[in-house]
Amino acid sequence: MRANCWYGKTQMRVEEVPDPQILNQRDAIIKVTSTAICGSDLHLYNGFIPTMHKGDILGHEFMGEVVEVGREVTNLKVGDRVVVPFPIACGNCFFCQQQMFSLCENSNPNAWMAEKMFGHAGAGLFGYSHLTGGYAGGQAEYARVPFADVGPTKVPDHLSDEQVLFLSDIFPTGYMGAEMCDIKPGDTIAIWGCGPVGQFSIRSAFLLGAERVVAIDRVPERLQMAEEGGAETINYEEQSVYDALMDMTGGRGPDACIDDVGMEAHVPGIAHAYDRVKQAMMLETDRPHALREAIMCCRNGGTISVIGVYGGVIDKFPMGSVMNRALTIKTGQAHVQRYMKPLLQMIENGDIDPSFVVTHTMSLEEAPAAYDMFNNKKDNCIKVVLKPDGNGIGAAVKDDSYGVH
Amino acid sequence: MPTKPQAAKIDRGDGSLANDLPRVSSSSEATNYSNGHARRGLPATSAKRLAKGLGWFSVGLGLTELLAPRAIARISGVSNAHTGLIRLYGLRELASGIAIFAQEKPAEAMWSRVAGDGLDLVSLSIACTAPDAKRGRITFATANVLAVTALDVICAKQLSNGNQGIHAKGTCVVNRTPEEVYTFWSNFENLPRFMRHLESVEDLGDGRSRWAAKGPAGMKVEWDATIVADVPGEVITWRSLENSDVDNAGAVRFERAAGGRGTIVKVNIEYNPIAGVIGATVAKLFGEEPGQQLDDDLRRFKQVMEVGEIVVSDATLLGTGYMDQRPGRPAAASELEEAEALPSQNLTNYQAEGRTMQR
Repeated sequence: MRANCWYGKTQMRVEEVPDPQILNQRDAIIKVTSTAICGSDLHLYNGFIPTMHKGDILGHEFMGEVVEVGREVTNLKVGDRVVVPFPIACGNCFFCQQQMFSLCENSNPNAWMAEKMFGHAGAGLFGYSHLTGGYAGGQAEYARVPFADVGPTKVPDHLSDEQVLFLSDIFPTGYMGAEMCDIKPGDTIAIWGCGPVGQFSIRSAFLLGAERVVAIDRVPERLQMAEEGGAETINYEEQSVYDALMDMTGGRGPDACIDDVGMEAHVPGIAHAYDRVKQAMMLETDRPHALREAIMCCRNGGTISVIGVYGGVIDKFPMGSVMNRALTIKTGQAHVQRYMKPLLQMIENGDIDPSFVVTHTMSLEEAPAAYDMFNNKKDNCIKVVLKPDGNGIGAAVKDDSYGVH
Repeated sequence: MPTKPQAAKIDRGDGSLANDLPRVSSSSEATNYSNGHARRGLPATSAKRLAKGLGWFSVGLGLTELLAPRAIARISGVSNAHTGLIRLYGLRELASGIAIFAQEKPAEAMWSRVAGDGLDLVSLSIACTAPDAKRGRITFATANVLAVTALDVICAKQLSNGNQGIHAKGTCVVNRTPEEVYTFWSNFENLPRFMRHLESVEDLGDGRSRWAAKGPAGMKVEWDATIVADVPGEVITWRSLENSDVDNAGAVRFERAAGGRGTIVKVNIEYNPIAGVIGATVAKLFGEEPGQQLDDDLRRFKQVMEVGEIVVSDATLLGTGYMDQRPGRPAAASELEEAEALPSQNLTNYQAEGRTMQR
């Protein structure tokens, strides 16, 4: 089959690889109909995540048709149309039984690597380095899905791929980012980052009862998409984020702040240069500017929700501000399995149409160009969907409603 | 069901009572299986402690030589003209010291100290021939270096002694009751399913079993073992019989986790290879990091107990070690042949027992 493989920093190749096989009895093989490039794939593309091996297949947002199931998989049959969640979860361990699927204890056979880095290991993930298990990803014609009796969710035929594909990651991730804010009616939520996850956080915050959402970015088309989702916006290259937020909230600050940016934050001026240099010298692995700013802006007693991906260590972390002002920090890789069915219901009800975020649909063969375009935000790119079977490329997928109906 | 750890009291062996009391700390003496291995010389931990002391000595002397070479020259009776050389030796001392702290079992670093001692002694004897040599001080310094050299040699020899055995301990939490976990473990024929170094265990009846382990280059090591203690739901200990090629013992304890959240499994394993070819083979069974390998075994044990089979990814088809990793992409048919038996080709434990998975 054809698959998009990593060969080093910004080096991607679509090449012929062996077809996947059933390796465990709870596996299924999926023929991928749609797969997306995630903002977190760019951390791999830019070489910020360790334990990548040449030839690794990337991709953790995918869906398709079941073509083979292992003996223990009784809930799926060949021909079912399913969306696959990006964390791999066994459903049997302590954490799975607490619905904390991204912390599954059994799905990462390379857990020892993550234990050395993080103290404890999280779940295995598709196509996301060896410290999360070394599983082949979904940017391919076929993918092996372990624990297919726990993860994949069947989706109805009347919904298009673009409407349900993002149940694999960015919709539940954006939603969990908003849910961790414990939103109360009347709350003002500030959101750093208007990439695809940020866009879903904006809409989820409203769905969860926020009165005002303030979205922060610098890319005009992303800010526009945020406004179309109902958010007020701050372009951090044009004004001080802190001053603007204080102005909007009478000096108190937003009730909760979501970091939808993660380890590769940009910020104008000297602070960015400082973090770039420290990151290049391996003195810190992540550039935490958005997180620092979110902490300083949040109101006393408020919540910081960190759903953007961090990989290692940061410095100049304003712990004094967190402690003295009684902030709560909540974090985590999304427990996608927990959210798939309720969010699918919202899509079916017409509460939200996730396809608004798609700006480009391309063939799998074009994956390297798509990464370059997405990474450099060329051609107003916000979200790329790849079609391994070539169907649906160039189809009009964008509607004008921008999400919340 | 008592929840407090108890020493096992059942003796099914040949007279020696085993208990599985865990070691006091990771670096202290090995689990006591009561079969009394005589050990020559210093116990491993004393050698390590001595090495650490000598490491601090290296760092202290190294820093002094670097920062105050004149004082060193004065004390040892060497000419002030050699302060450059003394600084160089200071660097060497520092490097040895750091190497000692950097290694878990710093045998090489200790031998490098011995080599350094040799260099010091040669330098002192050369200094002695100088016309302005202060022989009394040089003799005093030489005596001191000789004393340290003796300590270094003893410590280095102890640390390089291959006959100290391999000890590993590990723990995990399994989301099953102590009775279920005990039942699975007490059938020793299950152990090779998750213990990577084992090829097979055959139950010979009457508490006895025949074990076969995989050695390097296709070698096979076999021994017979007997159960020493067996308290259902709590503890099992076993050890090899007399006249085995490999003198070894193991203990596993099952404790109900707080809040009824499954079972805490604690394992201690000890191999005391007899010297010779088989001994060297056995030393390699557990590789460089026996603790890491046992942790991996226990992770697989947990998977078998909770999931029903060992979980494999594309990267770990050949093993989970760093050197075993293959790319995260499907394997070709030829590669799959090299892989260990795939779970998809075997019946799961649950299927074998005619049960279905609980979800």
